[in-house]
Amino acid sequence: MVKFPEKTVADLNIGEKGIINNFKDVSMSLKLLEMGCLPGTEVTLDFIAPLGCPVGITVAGYHLSLRKREAATIVLKPSQV
Amino acid sequence: MKEKKIIALLGNPNAGKSSLFNQLTGLRQKIGNFPGVTVDKKVGFCRLDAKTDIEILDLPGTYSIYPNSLDEQVVLEVLANPQNPEYPDLAVVVADASNLKRNMLLFEQVSDLGIPTILALNMLDVAEEMGLSINSGKLSKILGVPVVELNAREGIGIEGLKYTILNQLDLKKTHINPTIFDNTSETIASEVRKKYNISNRYLALQYAAQSHKMTFLGDAAQKDLQAIIEKYDFNPDSFQSSETISRYHDISDTLTQVVHETGIKKETISEKLDKILLHRIWGYAIFLGILFLIFQSVFSFAEYPMDLIDQSVASLNDWLKSVLPESALVSLLTDGLIAGIGGVIIFIPQIAFLFAFISILEESGYMARVVVLMDKLIRRFGMSGKSVVPLISSMACAVPAIMSARTIGSWKDRLITIMVTPLMSCSARLPIYTILIALVVPDSKVLGIFNMQGIALMGLYLLGFFSALIAGWLMKLILKSKERSYFIMELPTYKMPRWKQVGFMILEKVKTFVFEAGKVIVAISIVLWVLASYGPGNEMDEAEKQVTRTNPTATKEELASKIASVKLEHSYAGHFGKFIEPVIEPLGYDWKIGIALITSFAAREVFVGTVSTIYSIGADPEDETTIKQRLRNEINAQTGKPTFSVATSFSLLIFYVFAMMCMSTIATVYRETKGWKWPVIQLAYMSVLAYVAAFMVYQFLK
Repeated sequence: MVKFPEKTVADLNIGEKGIINNFKDVSMSLKLLEMGCLPGTEVTLDFIAPLGCPVGITVAGYHLSLRKREAATIVLKPSQV
Repeated sequence: MKEKKIIALLGNPNAGKSSLFNQLTGLRQKIGNFPGVTVDKKVGFCRLDAKTDIEILDLPGTYSIYPNSLDEQVVLEVLANPQNPEYPDLAVVVADASNLKRNMLLFEQVSDLGIPTILALNMLDVAEEMGLSINSGKLSKILGVPVVELNAREGIGIEGLKYTILNQLDLKKTHINPTIFDNTSETIASEVRKKYNISNRYLALQYAAQSHKMTFLGDAAQKDLQAIIEKYDFNPDSFQSSETISRYHDISDTLTQVVHETGIKKETISEKLDKILLHRIWGYAIFLGILFLIFQSVFSFAEYPMDLIDQSVASLNDWLKSVLPESALVSLLTDGLIAGIGGVIIFIPQIAFLFAFISILEESGYMARVVVLMDKLIRRFGMSGKSVVPLISSMACAVPAIMSARTIGSWKDRLITIMVTPLMSCSARLPIYTILIALVVPDSKVLGIFNMQGIALMGLYLLGFFSALIAGWLMKLILKSKERSYFIMELPTYKMPRWKQVGFMILEKVKTFVFEAGKVIVAISIVLWVLASYGPGNEMDEAEKQVTRTNPTATKEELASKIASVKLEHSYAGHFGKFIEPVIEPLGYDWKIGIALITSFAAREVFVGTVSTIYSIGADPEDETTIKQRLRNEINAQTGKPTFSVATSFSLLIFYVFAMMCMSTIATVYRETKGWKWPVIQLAYMSVLAYVAAFMVYQFLK
């Protein structure tokens, strides 16, 4: 079986949606959970700042901005093909 | 009678907490410090009914009771310590109704700590625009605590809230929270409860989970609690994580019963605006344009009221001198006190303008976008996007700016921000810039619209800004830190600024400036007048006789002017100035400027006051009324040329861009970094920078 690398929020294209599955980093996850980024929640990538970082996402009905490195700790559920 | 009950206002950032605070308290506010930390404590008073007055405590905005920055830590220190004099009798959690789910997390935690709570739903109009309707009656039933609908911006629902507070102070209803304890946490909680005599289980567990963030516990108790978690192999991180998840599940269950989506979500105005304001080209162009607008208006609009103040003070002085008999006391009043006060109030228009702009940027939600735009750029220079707020605020004053760096979570980012912030030109430098620029830069237009003086001013600000970046970059190379910095920030929706709020901020800052800086400036002005009017022994009288003897043919006016300047030279102040003259001569300064440099070490704004005091003593009061004219007419005794030549003026300008001449800033850095190490390093590097740069400018332009 071929193992695909996990897709994270940092891999989304602008306008693309995904469902949060888990987090790669414990200390970062505490802050993200508190901000409403829960497993099972839908995220949309809204924008990538002019210099490629930070990125903006919509989650739980509001807008959140975070660095690309942090977005890369949010692992998405594999999309059903 | 019991003392006043304390009501704490809590809520997420941008939930409308400060609007509510202002609505409840009006102008009955005072700002102090929390004991032990320097976070501003905003307290106000409010009358509920004829018999009941309450104290309202405005706590920093936070998303949970698990703090990520110093600012947020205050919330924990107050809520977790029933012995704290500010421990509230009641908490009002202000929630943004358009984002209720996330706002409810804090509500659940606060009420779980056993504090009687009211949930205040704010911004229902925004929620409605997003197609959400909330049944607050049902919500109140489910939660078991009062829920109040508010529009804090418009002041709607305030009376209802007051009435509810009055009731809830009696009834003390609390919310039944979801079970978040497992066996381990249960055991730990009961052990902590017994040991520290705490009745609340959740609070007891917080003692164990966050002991290192509760300074009120003291070292011994903190070690003790640490031992307890180790004994039971308790992992605070996984507890926090599972707590957050179970609370959100509970909140979701509640909200599905009370929130109804009435329409399809359209693209909001905020989203449309973000497409332009965060655009890769337009975003930066607009930001630069806004900065440029700020400088042009601070320089040109503020000039009219400033000239008015300058002239009024001058004519008041002339009038007093003409009606009052000539005596030392009158001279102290006019040349010492009034000249000094004039030097303070002349800044008011510029400070008001700058803070008006800063507060509009913050109010509108644009500041958060600036943070996003600048994060990657500024990260190269050892700071975070959040450093933009301190850097911009320090254009008004470094003291609140350095304090606002507390929102930066990473110690290294925060330290670098604190160290370079005073390089940004603050409003106290403005009068120095204004006066010297007016002396040497022509008041003409370039390309028809840009004022040359405005451009020169902007140049000085940019110089400060770029040197702050370079200093940050150097510090980033030197400082080593293992701590990871992160940047997770809510982007609030754009809002029309609340003009009342803008007004409050201007009033608050001007008041602080006039009273705090004013005290120093007036005191120094009086001391200076004494030092400039008296000299050691009878040296001054001797000098006067000498002048009279050697100039037998001079007219009365010429003689008076000569005597005055010789007298100044032989006064105590003159001796001080002469003493440091050899050091400052390579920078192009004479001993008179030397006096101003010494006095302005305490606060740079004293420079203009000092100069005006010195030159009004040595000047003829008949034809030189304003400070500007006096400086222009000043002649250097040695060279016979104007003292404030192009080279000297620019050298002084550059000196003041870099020099760390502000006692309040040094004191603030000491408090914020908890030691003398950083303020001393800061003072040293900025002084060397100022001296070397001013030296080079003078030698080059000479």
